[in-house]
Amino acid sequence: MNLHSELRQFRRQQQTRRAFLGRTAQGVGGFALASLLNSPLFAAAQKSASPAKDKWLGVVNPLHYPAKAKRVIWLTMAGGPSHLETWDYKPQLAKMHGEPMPESFTKGKQIAQLQNAKLNCYGPQLGFKKFGKNGQEFCELFKQMGTVADEMCLIRSMTTEAINHDPAHMFMNTGSQIAGRPSAGAWVTYGLGTEAEDLPGFVVLTSLGKGGQNQPIAARQWSSGFLPSRFQGVQLRSKGDAVLYLGTPAGVTRDQQGDVVQAVNTLNKKYDAVVDDPEIATRIAQYEMAFQMQASVPELMDTANEPQTVLELYGCKPGDGSFAANCLLARRLAERGTRFIQLYHKDWDHHGGVKDGVTLKAAEIDRACMALITDLKQRGMLQDTIIVWAGEFGRTPMSQGGSGRDHHNAGFSIWLAGGGIKGGISYGATDELGYSAVENVVNVHDLHATILKLLGIDHSRLSVKFQGLDARLSGVEGAKPIQGILA
Amino acid sequence: MLGQGIANPHKLSESRAPCPVPLVNPAALARVERTEFMPSTHLFLGLAVIGTFATAATAAPASAKKVDYNRDIRPVLSDNCFYCHGPDEKKREAKLRLDVREDAIAAKAFIPGKPDQSELVKRIFTKDPDDLMPPPDSHKKLTAAQKDLFKRWIAEGAEYQTHWAYVAPKRPVVPAGQNGVDHLVQTRLKEVGLKPSPEADRRTLARRLHFDLLGLPPKPEEVDAFVNDKSLDAYAKLVERLLASPHYGERMAIGWLDVVRYADTIGYHSDTPRNVFPYRDYVIKSFNENKRFDQFTREQLAGDLLPNATLETRVGSAFNRLILSTEEGGAQAKDYEQRYLTDRVRAVGTVWLAQTTGCAQCHDHKFDPVTQRDFYSLGAFFADIKEPIVGKREEGMPVPSDKDTAEVARLEGEASRLQKDFDGPHPQLASAFEKWQDAAFAAAQHDAKWKPLKPAKVASAKNAKLAIQGDGSVLASGKATENDTYSVTVTNALSGVTGLRLEALPDASLPANGPGRAANGNFILSEVVATVQRVKGPATSLKFAAARATIEQASHAEKNPNKGWTAASAIDGDAKNGNAGWAILPEVGRAQNLVLELAEPLTLAAGESLVVDLKQFGTTKDHLLGKFRLGATTEVDAARTALPPAPPGDIAAILKVTNDKRNAAQKDKLFAHFKTLTPELAKLRQQLADAKKAKTDYEAKIPKCLVSNSSEARRTVRILPRGNWMDESGQVMQPALPAFLTVSLKKDPKAQAPLTRADLAEWIVAKENPLTARVFVNRLWKQFFGTGLSKVLDDMGAQGEPPVNPALLDWLATEFMDRGWDMKHMVRTIVMSATYRQTSTASKDLQTRDPYNRELARQSRWRIEAEMVRDNALTVAGLLNSKIGGPSVKPYQPDGYWENLNFPVRSYDASKGDDQFRRGLYTWWQRSFLHPSMLAFDAPSREECAAERTRSNIPQQALVLLNDPTYVESARAFAARIVKEGSGDATARITWAWKQALARAPRADELTTARALFDKHLAQYKADAKAAESLLKVGLAPLPPAADQAELAAWTSVARVILNLHETITRS
Repeated sequence: MNLHSELRQFRRQQQTRRAFLGRTAQGVGGFALASLLNSPLFAAAQKSASPAKDKWLGVVNPLHYPAKAKRVIWLTMAGGPSHLETWDYKPQLAKMHGEPMPESFTKGKQIAQLQNAKLNCYGPQLGFKKFGKNGQEFCELFKQMGTVADEMCLIRSMTTEAINHDPAHMFMNTGSQIAGRPSAGAWVTYGLGTEAEDLPGFVVLTSLGKGGQNQPIAARQWSSGFLPSRFQGVQLRSKGDAVLYLGTPAGVTRDQQGDVVQAVNTLNKKYDAVVDDPEIATRIAQYEMAFQMQASVPELMDTANEPQTVLELYGCKPGDGSFAANCLLARRLAERGTRFIQLYHKDWDHHGGVKDGVTLKAAEIDRACMALITDLKQRGMLQDTIIVWAGEFGRTPMSQGGSGRDHHNAGFSIWLAGGGIKGGISYGATDELGYSAVENVVNVHDLHATILKLLGIDHSRLSVKFQGLDARLSGVEGAKPIQGILA
Repeated sequence: MLGQGIANPHKLSESRAPCPVPLVNPAALARVERTEFMPSTHLFLGLAVIGTFATAATAAPASAKKVDYNRDIRPVLSDNCFYCHGPDEKKREAKLRLDVREDAIAAKAFIPGKPDQSELVKRIFTKDPDDLMPPPDSHKKLTAAQKDLFKRWIAEGAEYQTHWAYVAPKRPVVPAGQNGVDHLVQTRLKEVGLKPSPEADRRTLARRLHFDLLGLPPKPEEVDAFVNDKSLDAYAKLVERLLASPHYGERMAIGWLDVVRYADTIGYHSDTPRNVFPYRDYVIKSFNENKRFDQFTREQLAGDLLPNATLETRVGSAFNRLILSTEEGGAQAKDYEQRYLTDRVRAVGTVWLAQTTGCAQCHDHKFDPVTQRDFYSLGAFFADIKEPIVGKREEGMPVPSDKDTAEVARLEGEASRLQKDFDGPHPQLASAFEKWQDAAFAAAQHDAKWKPLKPAKVASAKNAKLAIQGDGSVLASGKATENDTYSVTVTNALSGVTGLRLEALPDASLPANGPGRAANGNFILSEVVATVQRVKGPATSLKFAAARATIEQASHAEKNPNKGWTAASAIDGDAKNGNAGWAILPEVGRAQNLVLELAEPLTLAAGESLVVDLKQFGTTKDHLLGKFRLGATTEVDAARTALPPAPPGDIAAILKVTNDKRNAAQKDKLFAHFKTLTPELAKLRQQLADAKKAKTDYEAKIPKCLVSNSSEARRTVRILPRGNWMDESGQVMQPALPAFLTVSLKKDPKAQAPLTRADLAEWIVAKENPLTARVFVNRLWKQFFGTGLSKVLDDMGAQGEPPVNPALLDWLATEFMDRGWDMKHMVRTIVMSATYRQTSTASKDLQTRDPYNRELARQSRWRIEAEMVRDNALTVAGLLNSKIGGPSVKPYQPDGYWENLNFPVRSYDASKGDDQFRRGLYTWWQRSFLHPSMLAFDAPSREECAAERTRSNIPQQALVLLNDPTYVESARAFAARIVKEGSGDATARITWAWKQALARAPRADELTTARALFDKHLAQYKADAKAAESLLKVGLAPLPPAADQAELAAWTSVARVILNLHETITRS
């Protein structure tokens, strides 16, 4: 268990606490905290061993391995992108277009909407091209990503257990199809803490596609499950308050809000002097953090001060709520120390019109993905950031309704880039019709184990006792980091 | 070998620092790991001292007492060894099983009495990593103290014990007249050398009891009355008063609704609503009426199967329907059938047994004796429940209140009285009947001269969907909001046609039954233009000589140039005037005819076509034809008359029979048909229709609830190898009770019928079941002391925590059963105890020695539950609507929070009026997006059964209390109370406010802080009237008239501070 780590962290926090007190003496943020230093609260702080803003330094402390990366940006392509129009070119499928799908491929496999339907091969609908020094082959519409193909590691042998959106997202995020388990972002933040001073350690951003197939995404996808609520993903919204309840009430100035917060903290401190409860010091720290976030989040969200060249690189307008704008925010969050940034871009559910659908999606994401990689690279941050591009599953090599493809979990493609990942390679393969992953098969638990490893965590040791089991992100048994893609 | 399944190529080379403190009691260790990794800062303090304290308080001194298997050995074995050497045969390594003594000895794991010759001792002490147990790559490590315990245990004979929770609770002796809680807590305190704390002051007790029993803060008057009540039984009287309050049931319901995962929506994917709120009200009512827990259990598992099933017990059976379900397209029934089964088995495990049954879905349980067989045979109990596996849930069973039942009976009576009147016999109608028969016969004759023209095609100029029906008619659907022209193309060969007829026909799909698409069933036909296309040459338009109709609307004709909606307007060549055309009010709801006489006979040869454009340009744009049919006649007289629509075929057939030859049935049928038409009965018909509608309308508003309904067609339940639902090779299972808990059932052994959910319920509440009572009282204990006696509320198995005070848990469990599962009795027993009444303020020494208050030498202090945070603010503000029950309500919620809900897209409409101020437990429970304020304060999403809520302390809580409109509005309403109900100067008002929120006067330094804030903000708001105004506009609550806005705004600041205080949201 993590007890040893927790104890180590306790000692480390004891040390950082002094730094915190020293710093606050000079005043942090909008209102001076000098008053916090008088004796009762000082005692509380000492007792609580609480560092700045009650900062959590993670249970994996020190790390199990030397870390290759510090943070994760996970680009969730929600709806289930077709691997056959994006990353996995299947000429044999093109040849067999319109012919019955051989039963040997489909027998005993899960089928979603095509249950009881006649199964016919459906050839790739978009052209493929080779990109980069290593000639990575993918959809010709991804011209921009083509310019950074040598950074990307394609995995063409991904599999998952679930075949409907909601359970499949749950499995991809939490390693379990049962609700109530922590999401990868929560695990990572629990394990490593965050480097962000006044921002959450796990942040979620969502964007809609123009095709209209925007499947619902439940908040449980970024839940902390049985981990404490502080590790829950915080959604940053493009409309209204960026963080729920961030806005000061109408008719209240920031100074007045500061007065209220300060009065609350002063009175709480006095209460602590009476009842001597360490929970109160935490409460005080959380009010400081909340007040800080009221300033730091709007600053983060305000991309208008980005240079024009950067805005052009991503191809977005400040605050337009697009996937591109979210990619830019992801970079800003990464800079500010947020540990796990997850973007959801929806509308990949192409039961019909897969050709037009993927074409539309390509227009929405191609430049932004390239920009994120390029921007991080030129800032020297790609080397310690893991980028994951993945849907919750892939799509059938069989046609649905003559122009689309159904959900598919036996084989699909994702890509990774960044810290500790071999760029410019392809890993694994599906069979000749793109149905099942057959070479170097990767399951979701392996993917999780790989990401944790790159972050310096042994996946089998990041566990929490839940319902009697040592519950892990990577499942109870059998996960293996994907050695073949590690730089 | 432990952890062998976990491939780990990177063995940790770094040597791990040994734990710096002796962790003698493994259970204490488990506790820390389980939930005390919270941000709350005392964690670290707790860790630092627990080792030293554990020896003193939570475990017997290592040297003094015999090693106790259940307390000292099993938890360590379970956590470190059972994974590979436990109950799961498939996972068992080296064929060594350590959870069964005989097997362990047979496998030579140890020799009782001879630790030094025991393999187990060698393996745990060895320095050789190849032999060491637990193996290094499992990252499990025994402490020196644990190793020594093993040695001593083997030396003392290596006795095993049945797991504590599987042995029926034994009632400890409690001296007569003593509260069992106090006796057993004090006995334990003496053992560990602690002394109880003094009783809390009355103010604190009043607040504590109100929060614990009602979930609401006390009013200052109530506190004062209690403080000043000098009678000996003042406390007991208060307890009784609160137990009798209808809000007691609401408070108790919160925890129950968590554990049964009650929510308003289905959970998966679209997360759409379902009808279950009557179940929530059933739970509240059950607690209020002090329903016995055994009955409460029976009703929820099998309320539909009970011999004396009632509406209430059936609503209780909604429990079985509270699972997560899906409406996602492409979801496979087998997949979800299995999910529902496992959900239900997990629920029974969590709610009643505190067993992690879910672990046995794919394999035998790793730590507990629950087998995979047990899992699926438990699941088979629920295979009879009727439900759609995928797709929309049914509406559910109507759940009328007594008032509803009376009202439905009244409406029913009214309708049947009118029906009786209508049924007859009506001798006064004889002559009208005669006349009608003649007219109807004539109409039938006339109609026979017409032939329907089945269109070859039909088109809408706009987006109306026009469908050609089998009888040649055309039915419109889709949007009806635009003026339109329907073009009907006829290609039938015609010869000598003298007239065309347009029948406007009624249809059940149309508003008011049609024939038009307007809400009242009307339409406006502006112009009929008919064009003939010959094989060669240009199209020519057909000329009409005259138009006649069965009805021409006279009303609403003020702006109509013809002063009436005449048939002639439809052929006057003016299609543009929206105020001219043919319309039919009030004769809607039945067929009407427009007959167009042709100027010259029409003949249509093969290859030629007739196109009839029906132009509908009424000023009211939905006045379009809903259903119509074209016809043609070749007879001149037919083309010159518009007779009422012909009676239906069967009536026409009777009319053809002369009166004297009709039989009784034919006569009756004819008269019955006449009654549906005759104007003489129009009023009665309307009254009858209204009465029937009133009844169905009323019934539609009666709440409905998904409940359990048993089906003869049970689903087949198989053991699913590795939980794989596609594998159908497993054995088919019948309902059966878990083998490891031998509880005899009273069921007649000769009965052949399979066990039912009712049997399952009986097994759960059987006195021999060692778990049920313990599980319930343990959760109850948490409600009143902050932590269960056994801390892990949902797991009393090997991986849970042996109770700190086993005698106390057993006493409570036996008391519960002996008193007939009386829940209020248990609550009363606990809150009446001196243990409960202790102060929660602990000395430094006590904090150090028992940081988590497991020994109960004091009370505990904690932040109140999410619902209560809300209820408290609304109460203090004077806004709370204390109505009990009813549909869930929607407190304010940030716009766009539901943006990710889809299929269908939903907007959140906050409740209006008093519904906005309902208690937190009535909040609409959207599983995938729980209300963010509730979520911030740790309310669970209720996707899974939650026996326990975490208690976090996170910045989002500060943001909610500072900025959520609910709390801003509460603050300004509280401010209005301060101004109106408080009196004196600002200082006096602050004192008044403090007493409202905290039931105490402020201390001098608190007054200073609050006063300074008030003065500062008063000056600021005086200078900025606009700011004050906008602050006071937050929320729906009305502003008090003629209030000084600057003053009110400044008080709002003070009120915000008070509502944000840690003490305000703390029960101590």
